Parts: sequence; C-alpha cells; structure tokens
Amino acid sequence: MSSRPVLEVRDLRKRFGGLVAVNGMSFDLHAGEILGLIGPNGSGKSTVMKLIMGVERPSGGTIRLNGEDLAGLPPHRIARAGITIMFQHSRPLHRQTVLENIKLALLPDSLLRLATGPEVDRNARSIAKRVGLGHAIDRRPGTLPFADLRRMELAKVIARDPKVVLIDEPFAGLTLTEIAAFSELIRALGDEGRAVLLVDHSVRSIAALADRVLAMYLGEPIARGNAEEVMSNETVRRVYLGGELQPIGQNSRVTADAPSLLQIEQVRVLYGKAQALDKIGLFVRQGECVSIVGLNGAGKTTLFNTVSGLVPYSGTIRFRDDDLRNKSAGEIARAGVVQCPESRELFGTMSVRENLDLGGHLLPANARARQLEMLFGLFPILASRQSQAARTLSGGEQQMLAIARALMMNPALLILDEPTLGLAPVVIEQLSKALGELRKTTPITLLLGEQNVTFALPHADRVYVLDHGRLTWEGGPAKFAEEMGQGYL
Amino acid sequence: MHSLVRSRLFWISIGAAVVASLLPLWLSAYLLSVLTGAYYFGVFAMSWDLLFGFAGEVNFGPTFLIGLGAYSAAILNNQYHLPIPLCLVAAACTALFGGVLLAVPALRLRGPYFGLVTLVAVLLLQNAIVIFAKFTGGEIGMTVFDVLSIDATTNYYYALGFLVVSAVLLTRIANSAIGLILQASGQDPVEAAVLGFNVTKHKVAAFCISALLSGLAGAMLIFYMGAASVDTVIDISIGVQIIIAAILGGRRTIVGAAIGAVFLIVATEFLRPLGQLNTFVVSAVALAVILLLPDGILGFALRAGTRE
Repeated sequence: MSSRPVLEVRDLRKRFGGLVAVNGMSFDLHAGEILGLIGPNGSGKSTVMKLIMGVERPSGGTIRLNGEDLAGLPPHRIARAGITIMFQHSRPLHRQTVLENIKLALLPDSLLRLATGPEVDRNARSIAKRVGLGHAIDRRPGTLPFADLRRMELAKVIARDPKVVLIDEPFAGLTLTEIAAFSELIRALGDEGRAVLLVDHSVRSIAALADRVLAMYLGEPIARGNAEEVMSNETVRRVYLGGELQPIGQNSRVTADAPSLLQIEQVRVLYGKAQALDKIGLFVRQGECVSIVGLNGAGKTTLFNTVSGLVPYSGTIRFRDDDLRNKSAGEIARAGVVQCPESRELFGTMSVRENLDLGGHLLPANARARQLEMLFGLFPILASRQSQAARTLSGGEQQMLAIARALMMNPALLILDEPTLGLAPVVIEQLSKALGELRKTTPITLLLGEQNVTFALPHADRVYVLDHGRLTWEGGPAKFAEEMGQGYL
Repeated sequence: MHSLVRSRLFWISIGAAVVASLLPLWLSAYLLSVLTGAYYFGVFAMSWDLLFGFAGEVNFGPTFLIGLGAYSAAILNNQYHLPIPLCLVAAACTALFGGVLLAVPALRLRGPYFGLVTLVAVLLLQNAIVIFAKFTGGEIGMTVFDVLSIDATTNYYYALGFLVVSAVLLTRIANSAIGLILQASGQDPVEAAVLGFNVTKHKVAAFCISALLSGLAGAMLIFYMGAASVDTVIDISIGVQIIIAAILGGRRTIVGAAIGAVFLIVATEFLRPLGQLNTFVVSAVALAVILLLPDGILGFALRAGTRE
C-alpha cells in the first residue's frame, strides 16, 4: 500500500449553474484496494464518479491515472486509459444475446474491424462463466432476472480489463444471497490488482467489502477511515440523522378527534417483481404534521407518488372521504393534495416568478396575489430573485422555490419529500423556521418524508417509520427519540 | 435462436432476389419501370435505416444527400458532358463530402437538433438550386444527355443489381462489430463511450456510408429518368416518403426498408385510378401499419415466425 496510488484525485470541483455539486474532493486509490465512497442522497458522490469517468466535465481539479492527468477528457479516452464504470441502471442491447453484449465490451474502437476474431468469442465465454452467466449466454437480456443483468454488467466491466473500476450502488435491488455472491465477484476484482471504488449511500451495505471508507457531504469529504470509524464518526452521524436527537415537548395543536384528511389502507405497490410498498396503512388528521422517516430506498417517494396518483397500487387511498382510485394525478392535485417532490422538478429555464405563477394558475387573480405576498414574506430571498432563471439558484433557494410553487396551489395537504436533501445546515435551519411559520399562520396539513430526523421531529405531531416498504413503527416524536434514537442508522 | 432468425431473413432475401430477377419474363415494360424506380427508392430507405435503426439518429434530410448526388451528376453531364461512370463517382464523392460537412458539426449537438439541422439542409439545397437556376435548371429541372439504357429490362436489372449490392453491403455492416457498436451508441451513448467507443466517430462513419449510397442512388435514378428536378429528388415530401418506407418495412432490418419502399411505390402506382385519393389511401395504410405494427412489416413477419 506504500506504493504510488493508481488513481490520484486532487481538489475535484463541479458546479451546475448555481449549484456546487462537488467542492474540493481529494483521495487516492491504490492497486488492489477497495474504497467505499458514501454520503446521503444529493451529497455529490455520483457526480464524483461521473467526473472521474469523464461523463461530466470537472470545473476544476486533477484526476491522475498512473501520473497522467485525465480531467476533462471525453469518456471514451478515459475508458481506454483504463478506467471503467458500472452504472446502477444500464440499458443493454435487447436484440442481442448476453454473449454479444459481453463481446461488445471486448471490441476495439475501430472502424476497420468488421469481423471479430475467435479469441473475442472465447474470451467472452470465459468471462460469462466467471460471473456465473455460463448458462445464459444465448438468452436475451430482457428475459434475465435482475441479478443476472447485474452480472452481465459486471462481465462487461471485466471485459474492459480496467485498472480502476467504479461501481455505483453495487447491491441495490439484490437479495442477501445475491449480495454475498456479488461481494465475492467484486473482491476478486481487487485480488487481481484492480483498484475499486464503490459508491453507496449507506456504510452498512459496503462495510464488509471496503478496505477504507470516505464519507462526503455537500460535495466535500467529511470523514475517512475504516467502516467502523466512519460509522461512529460524529459528523457522519449528524449528516445522516441531522445531529443529536432532542426529545421535544411539542404542543400539538391537533386534537385526537380532528377528522382525518388522508386515509391509506392496505396499500401495496409492485415495481415489476419487486415489492416496493407492502400493506401500508396510515392516516393524517386535519391540520396535522405527520412525518414519515426512513433511510433512502425505504419507499418514501414511492408512497408519496402513490398518493399523488403517479404509481399504480392496490388498496385504498381516501382524501376527505373521496376514493382517489380512479382520479388522475392532475385531478388529485386540484382536489388539494399537492406534492413537492424530492427532485424539485423546477422549470429550470423559467424565472422564479414564472415558476410561481404556473403553480398558481388555477387561483383567481386576487387570491394569487395574496398567496404570492404571503410566500414572499415566508421566503424573502425569492422576492429579490423573481426575474432570475430557476436553474441558476443555489440548492437551498431551489428547494424554497419548489415549496413555494407547491404552496401557490393553495393545497389542503402538502406532501414534502426530503426537503433537506443536499442542503447545508444553515439552509436547513432557515427552511425549518419557514415551515414552523407556515404551520402557525395557515391551517395547512403536512405529510413530511425525511431521512433527516432532527429536521422532521420538531414539526411532527406523529411519526411513522418506513423500512423496506413496510411501516415498522408509529408514535409521537418524544417517544421516537426515546425508542428509535439509537438503532436508526 | 438468433442464427435461425438470421437465416430466415437470409433465405427470404435470396428468394425475393430470385423472384425479382425473373420478373422481366412476365411483367410489362410499364410495370418494370415502376419497380425500377421503387428499387432506387429502396436504396434510399435502406441507407436511412442504417442511420435511424442502428446509429439512432433521425435524419430528416435524406434528400439532401440524394439531391447532392443527383444534381452534381446532372450538372457534370449536362454542362461538362462527362461520361456516366465518372458522373456517378463524382456524385458519390459530392454526397459524401456534403454529408461529412453536415454531420460533423450536427452530430455534436444533443437531442433533437441533429434532425433539425438535416431538415434545414434540405431547404438550403432546394433554395440554392432555385437561386442558381442558370447552372442548375432551377425549378424546371435539368435534363441529362446520357441515360443508362433505353431498354426497360436493362434499366430494371441495373436497379435490381444496385439494390442487391447495396443490401448486401449494408446488411454486412449492420451485422458486423461496427453494427454492434453503432446500436450501442444509438441506444445509450454514455454507456457506449464508457466502454471506450468514440461515439461521434462511429456515427459519422455511418452517416458517410449512408451519404455515399444515397448520393450514388440519386445519380443512378436521374440517369434512369433522364432528368433531375427538385420535385423528384430533393423535395421534403420525398424525404418523408423515404422515412415512412423505412419504418413501414421495419426498423433495424435494412432489407425491411427496401420492402417498405417497394410496397409504398407499387401501392401508389396501383391506386393511381383513384386520382388524388391514392396518396391519401397509401398514407392511411402506412399510418395504420406504423400504429399497429411498430416493428414494421418485416419485423412483424420475423417475430411471428420465431414465436411458433
């Protein structure tokens, strides 16, 4: 390990308009080493990977492979230099067989080689066998189960014979036995002397595999060490959970006999063969703030999209005694259930004001003016940025605009999906204040999905914990701090 | 399974070529002339399918390439009296050159802009021909001194031979390593680049092959018809017909594009008694096929065959 690192990343930076995605990342990767890069959603870890691969152009910094700076080169040049990537979602060639898909990765970038030699075929077959696809080489990717598709992607990685391998969320969507098999395949890459960078949002999933772990947040490194050290690191715990949990003696303004506004019963959602939500039952009373907490991938976004009518489901969802089953997403939103999605979905090239006006297009003119005035009071920064294009705003401003735009529809129930995603602590504090103000001055009902428990708890009247598509706990925020505080991460 | 499909397609193609080569024994000179035009049209459609079906780029201006070839051949023959073979070589080169000039900057654009650039290129060429009417014959068009042949059967075999050679060439490319890289580039350019392929280089190469054959076919067509005009080789509506033919026959099949072209031209000809209605009926049928059989005629036939 004392030898010179294969990959040296120094002061890597990337800006997207007003958003700073990566802000001075530096790390080394040695031959045969497996490094885990972790961080909550929106921390910039996927961007780091894309910058190394050349899929995105760095705004600054160097990426040296065996001493040669690759920063700014197109991806095919970087690939040829010896770096390869395994994306989380891939689109294989569906009309070709598995074998042909693997062969593709073995082809030279040449216009003159019309025919492939027998060695390509032999090589592809042996790689297929190595990843456990020997039985499926003549099948089409479309007929393969998910785990085998991932094996095929891994086969393509091996076929490139890379010095450095980048893997995005290696175990997403795999069962425990499949994870064990995959871990072995990945470890074999390291044993062959390749350097491996695993990117994941949780330490737990890659702890057993990674030699070292690097945690990042808001585009910057926050902790380095082995998996245990990083997991117990104070800063890491704070960015995942939002800091110390304080038991809150929240004065709930909602009485237990308030009528329920939203009622979800026995809801199940399937993505293909995978169960995304299982037997979800919950309710939200008029004027309440209900918080759904759970780590990334627990099913929060799926639950909200189901309520908003974007995902097919079984079970019943009732809003004010109306069954939402046969209502379109537009009808549900007009009925008063408005979602402010995790991805914000702003109209980037339109101005702040235009985004807001679009949100309020159904209101009569005087009501719209009143609502706008109220929102500018809530988020003064938006008033001063009215004519600026939405995509040039900073991350925090974009989130405020997304919430304000949702509020322009004057919703009875506002669904906020991870509003703190990728935001700095100062901004999260501002957001928290605005949310408190909103609840004080309007009769709004909130359904708040959060990974950041510290942000969610002070506002919540009740808390549900969602884990792997199931509700595993429910109760008041004070009880949550007592019972769930420790074992959550 | 794959080799079965390939061989099925192979035998269908052989059978079709044999039948086509025997047709002059039975068909009238008039019907042969309809098919002759249809075969050139088939080359246009096959060249287009290489770009759309494999490289994943929609070229809205196939007639830009065809027109370049046709008009450079016509001008060289009409003004400078060059013999046909030289005119054909020059036509292919001009189309190739024009194609590269267009493709290199256009393929660097993302999203729908490539298609829009090719569309504008057609309009530019069309206007240039009208503006330089002295040289090009303008809207009236220009005649050529030489023709391939005055015999319908000979003309038919020229067109058929050209179609078969083009089909073999394009199918060979499509099934080669380059075809595989092209498909990967068309489906997911990021993934292809990450595997080490220069996506732009491969797409430009596909565009060059498409341009070369289109230009050559355009020139052959005018030496068959004896005249070049904007309405027959450049107009946007010709380009639209080529696109419909290729999709009708079946995307990513090459041979399907030729089948679609022959179907479209022959159907239009047979429905001529309907007067103005014939284009309408043919278009309606094409629309129905595209909506009901998104894989096209050949794609559907091959799939139905493998399902048994």
